[in-house]
Amino acid sequence: MTLSLGALLPAATSLATTGHTSTAEGVLFWVLAPIMVIAALGLLFARKAVHAAMGVVVVMISLAIIYVAQEAPFLGVVQVIVYTGAVMMLFLFVLMLVGVDASDSLVETITGQRWIGLLLGAGLAAVLIGVVVAATAPTPQGLATANEVGNPQAVAGVVFGQHVFALEVVGTLLVTAAVGAIVLTHRPRLTRLIGQKERADARVAAIAEGQVVTPLPAPGVYARSNAMDVPALGPDGAPLEQSVPRVLRIRGQERDISEVHAEVDERTRDRLTGADERRAGLTGIDEERTR
Amino acid sequence: MTAMSVALAAATPPPAADFSNDTWWIVLIKAVGIIVFLLLSVLFAIWFERKVVARMQIRPGPNVHGPFGLLQSLADAMKLLLKEDMTVRAADKVIYLVAPMISVFASLLVFAVIPIAPEVNLFGHLTPLQLTDFPVAVLYILAAASVGVYGIVLGGWASGSTYPLLGSVRSTAQVISYELAMGMSLVSVFVMAGSMSTRQIVESQTTIWWFLPLLPAFVIYLISMTGEVNRLPFDLPEAEGELVGGYMTEYSSMKFAWFFLAEYINMLNVSAVATTLFFGGFRAPWPLSAINNDMLNHGWWPVLWFGVKLWFFMFIFVWVRGTLLRFRYDQFMKFGWKILIPFALVWIVAVSVVQGVRRFADLSQAQLLGGLAAVLVLAVAAMFLVPERKEQPEPDGPPEPFDAFKDGYPVPPLPGQALPPSPRRRAPVEASVVADGADRTTADQTTAQEEDRG
Repeated sequence: MTLSLGALLPAATSLATTGHTSTAEGVLFWVLAPIMVIAALGLLFARKAVHAAMGVVVVMISLAIIYVAQEAPFLGVVQVIVYTGAVMMLFLFVLMLVGVDASDSLVETITGQRWIGLLLGAGLAAVLIGVVVAATAPTPQGLATANEVGNPQAVAGVVFGQHVFALEVVGTLLVTAAVGAIVLTHRPRLTRLIGQKERADARVAAIAEGQVVTPLPAPGVYARSNAMDVPALGPDGAPLEQSVPRVLRIRGQERDISEVHAEVDERTRDRLTGADERRAGLTGIDEERTR
Repeated sequence: MTAMSVALAAATPPPAADFSNDTWWIVLIKAVGIIVFLLLSVLFAIWFERKVVARMQIRPGPNVHGPFGLLQSLADAMKLLLKEDMTVRAADKVIYLVAPMISVFASLLVFAVIPIAPEVNLFGHLTPLQLTDFPVAVLYILAAASVGVYGIVLGGWASGSTYPLLGSVRSTAQVISYELAMGMSLVSVFVMAGSMSTRQIVESQTTIWWFLPLLPAFVIYLISMTGEVNRLPFDLPEAEGELVGGYMTEYSSMKFAWFFLAEYINMLNVSAVATTLFFGGFRAPWPLSAINNDMLNHGWWPVLWFGVKLWFFMFIFVWVRGTLLRFRYDQFMKFGWKILIPFALVWIVAVSVVQGVRRFADLSQAQLLGGLAAVLVLAVAAMFLVPERKEQPEPDGPPEPFDAFKDGYPVPPLPGQALPPSPRRRAPVEASVVADGADRTTADQTTAQEEDRG
């Protein structure tokens, strides 16, 4: 990003000499340029990957504003839609899901990755320099001539007229990459897909075996404890085992109803520690309290 | 049909808005006017939504504060402002603060290019009732919308909490998928109108509003605009039953109010875009537009038509909310990628081919319609020739019962794979030791359960 930024801006100012740079445009540039440089440095030095991504977003949007100021509104707006709105958003998506940070290993997973990267970077630099030179070396036509038929129409003429082959090649490349990604990440289904109707039918059929169709009761004895590990009480005052999450039950982390009462009520706890043949359950404790 | 043919034949772009008379203070008045209009509309929209939903559910709705309960949203807003402003400790402070601001900022941008009326007399200056317009105005709206999503995504991430993160990840996936369908539904309007400037698109609908000839695109837009603003049935990023509040779970007070504000402004935005692109913008509806030599399409009258259409779409939002249930996530994605997007693509190709044929081949209306009918008949005939797909052979035996939390271990096992015992699983005896003072029944029950399970 910094590279293309450095290459583009001088070219933009030299092209503007054919027209004229208004004061407002100058002010805009000198306000945005430092912001962009700081954001670009943020990309390099930010600790968190999401902060780095934000730096790129700031550069992209500022760049788009400069494009619009340079009478290239189509380029500026499309840059925000495509790069900021879609590409960077996908980056963020991955960063947030995977949680990349500075502690990750920097070992190359593909041999020669660094050299291939350098080579491709040099190629990109050559292409960018070529474009800038081609735009500046012969006498620049100026924006008025370029945008004579309207900016989007002029861009369409160039893209689908002069560069239609390159466009198709890039399109093919992108489609190939997308199809490749789908093929490589495709996972065959291990078990048969169970549909919503089948599931519903199975649940209804399981009523005969004592299962319930409705959502399970929430755990916790209200006004005493709303902890996950305490069973709820049914209308008859008996604890409902199903209300405690299954994982807790299997791990043996479920608490008995009498413990909650014991914790809350000093008097009851004294009795609990003293008694040896006491049954669990609210009804029993209530009887004790009324005595 | 003749009206349609005249409209379809429009190859040269219609006249654009003229901003040459605008002084700096007129621009300022318009900008401030837009913000005031949006804020007041949001207050009204909240009341409107609650009232309409209440009517649909046969209850009165807000009716205590002010006439018809109109001041209810004002009271709600004051309550939000006076609440304690919390910043959760795990939050990434800067981004946590900036995220709601991004949302509101981006949502305020869109109305700048919405034409509310043609030339009106504003303090002696003849000026279009629209802040600005340029050749790619509709793309600018899409750009503003895509920046607005950053607010949601960053807000969810910066909260440093699970549910907000899930909400923001869902929102990313949702907006990217539905923005594609939305953008493609707008392309057919560009092709027909021959322009991407909002004012020119409105002017191109003098004979017929685009929602009629471009009905499929309009339907796609209606669906994807609901997805774009996270409204029911597409409110997965903030699904209360699943994610508490989604990306805004950890937000309170003013910061929450900003998200809320942005959500409602976005509703107004997409409604305004639907009005402008498909419903003739500020133009009067057909029988009225014929009155007194087009009188109702000039001066301040168009503001009325624009407002009526805008609130018609707002009503649709509320109506849909009062009618439909939330989609399941996989159904939602399948719908977006496997139905909406392919359908939108086919529609774009169809519109472009028809428009190209009209433009480059000298065909009469009858020839064109005949050709279209022939293509349709051929397509239907071809559908009968394609053999039906064979049913997949059913795997033998009943489907294996699949348990994602088998034995308390939250990893899905492969078929036939035996899992090691969970390291977090405690022996029943140990459990009774941990629960100090507990009686033996807990451990006994657990052991009994273990035996039951097998």
